[in-house]
Amino acid sequence: MIVANAKVLLEVRNLRANVAGVEILKGMSLTVKAGEIHAIMGPNGSGKSTFAKVLAGHPAYEVTGGEVLFEGRNLLELEAEERARLGVFLGFQYPVEIPGVTNSAFLRLAYNTVQGARGKDELDPLEFDDLVREKMKGLEMDPAFLDRSVNEGFSGGEKKRNEILQMAMLEPLLSILDETDSGLDIDALRVVAGGVNRLQNPHSACVLVTHYQRLLNYIVPDYVHVMDDGRLIKTGGKSLALELEERGYDWVVNAATA
Amino acid sequence: MSSVLDNLVNQPYKHGFVTDIESETAPRGLNEDIIRLISAKKSEPQWLLDFRLKAYEHWLTMPAPHWANVHHPKIDFQDIIYYSAPKPKKKQSMDEVDPELLRTFEKLGVPMNERAALAGVAVDVIFDSVSVATTYKQKLAEVGIIFCSISEAVRDHPELVRQYLGSVVPTGDNYYAALNSAVFTDGSFCFIPKGVKCPMELSTYFRINTQDSGQFERTLIIAEDDASVSYLEGCTAPKFDTNQLHAAVVELVALDRADIKYSTVQNWYAGDEKGVGGIYNFVTKRGLCKGVNSRISWTQVETGSAITWKYPSCILLGDHSVGEFYSVALTNHFQQADTGTKMVHIGRNTRSTVVSKGISAGHSSNSYRGLVKVGPRAAGARNFSQCDSMLVGAKCSANTFPYIDVQNSSAQVEHEATTSKIGEDQLFYFRQRGIGTEEAVSMIINGFCKEVFQQLPMEFAVEATKLLGLKLEGSVG
Repeated sequence: MIVANAKVLLEVRNLRANVAGVEILKGMSLTVKAGEIHAIMGPNGSGKSTFAKVLAGHPAYEVTGGEVLFEGRNLLELEAEERARLGVFLGFQYPVEIPGVTNSAFLRLAYNTVQGARGKDELDPLEFDDLVREKMKGLEMDPAFLDRSVNEGFSGGEKKRNEILQMAMLEPLLSILDETDSGLDIDALRVVAGGVNRLQNPHSACVLVTHYQRLLNYIVPDYVHVMDDGRLIKTGGKSLALELEERGYDWVVNAATA
Repeated sequence: MSSVLDNLVNQPYKHGFVTDIESETAPRGLNEDIIRLISAKKSEPQWLLDFRLKAYEHWLTMPAPHWANVHHPKIDFQDIIYYSAPKPKKKQSMDEVDPELLRTFEKLGVPMNERAALAGVAVDVIFDSVSVATTYKQKLAEVGIIFCSISEAVRDHPELVRQYLGSVVPTGDNYYAALNSAVFTDGSFCFIPKGVKCPMELSTYFRINTQDSGQFERTLIIAEDDASVSYLEGCTAPKFDTNQLHAAVVELVALDRADIKYSTVQNWYAGDEKGVGGIYNFVTKRGLCKGVNSRISWTQVETGSAITWKYPSCILLGDHSVGEFYSVALTNHFQQADTGTKMVHIGRNTRSTVVSKGISAGHSSNSYRGLVKVGPRAAGARNFSQCDSMLVGAKCSANTFPYIDVQNSSAQVEHEATTSKIGEDQLFYFRQRGIGTEEAVSMIINGFCKEVFQQLPMEFAVEATKLLGLKLEGSVG
């Protein structure tokens, strides 16, 4: 929702970044205020996922220019875990498997670390169990997930639900969801989108990175941006997503480069 | 990435100090006279001297093994000191032990006083070649358990030692076992009589102190019918830029329905980050499940040594006997480990389980080598083996060499193996959820080793977890 006089959560100015010596982000700018949902769309290879990872501090990406402020702080000088503790959450396109580490142990350590960093009390295993089970209900997840290794042997849909469960537990201020809809059937999409919608509040914001507008039928964005060749080339409302679905990306790209 | 990975592995070795203690040391080199000297120093009976000399003769005819996946310069056996003992002579009680020695073991965190009572652990301590202190002997004697140094056992219980010494690992079994049989100087002896469940953990700490001395200890554990015991050994050594040879022999005998659990937390000095110095750990460990329904379980956490060459094995002779091997071997820098087990099924319906976890970091090489052999009489034998390797960084290697030899058609043998890697993306996933790199690595490693750590006695599981964390600190980028 667009809230009058909402504070700016994220301010990205002219961001440039390389991976393996190749420049992917070429002057990306974006402003996200509390309460808003932004969708970043664009053709494959436009730099959407790179943008998500750079915001989260992935070490493989080298920032070569521009700035990123999160609640006024320079995000780029912080380690990935420090960004996470401040409330930056990345929902991964391909969540990794971690054999031998149970979902519950992982979630509890993450939760308690983040709580601790925010000056809140940690939960003991029993309290934590109550909380996580409650959150799982909303995502229609079987509690047996807790005893399984993180993402190991999970289906695509289960992995994505697990990402949203982590988001629900960590209560981030800024959630960046990278292609959360990919690999989901329609039922899973509904559940995942419902989970994301329930987490929206006037203090936090969400950036959805997606190739298709399908997800936006379930999570309605305040802004839709089109990204191409490492920067935003067009911004509009929800209707832009529908237009993109109908006409493809070429007309926007051509208009921008013309 | 490698910078985080590299940093995580570079934790200095904490036990690398040398104790300034007066030792009585034999001249370098190996010949019959040295063996006679060792035997005389220990006032041994003739049969034991004969045992040694026979082993020595055999050793002279044997070539050094070269099949293991390890590389080192030829060892000059004439440049090694075969006998080094702290002076003055051994004392009768803990109060009389050289205070310098006690301080050494305090530094190592070995409980030799009342703390041991609280921990419920009886400790035997081997310093260089000689056993310096055994605690709780009295209390154990009340239930008929003998727990002492092997030298004392030779003196006080010669019939037991003579009956079992070399009965599991014969003098000519292999090159290093033959060498050990010729020159072993001390070690632990443990005898659990019929029907007795040992009321506490028994523990031996081994320490090599002298620069050029070899350590050749000999451990013998016997559990009679219906007896059971849990035994733990810990090992450390000072830092020297030369390599020291450690060639121990451990023999376990389990009679009918007896149960022996043998756990090792090995933290010998591993050499520096360039691969200079460190212990050559060439050890023969073997258990004989002699009786029906007997069980021998090996658990090892191997983190030290420049080179580890070690295959704790079980000979499953008694019908329905059970052999187990749980291992975590961590190598870093230029360490080399070739370790695994042998499960030899001879009796009917014998069962064995092998769980091996290898973690390689730095430039190290980590190999699992295991033999599962099912003899023609071993109807209904079953084995399950699982060998998992984890790579930390891109310059290390992991190998698995399983040998399976089945001669009975009713046997079932299963082998599973996996290889995984702690990668940047895995660590980033943890960090993106607020968890720092070192905690992430420790969580991944602990998860990876969980099945093995569960087998360790509680307090040692905690120690092992910490040890692995320290060893890998700074190694993940």
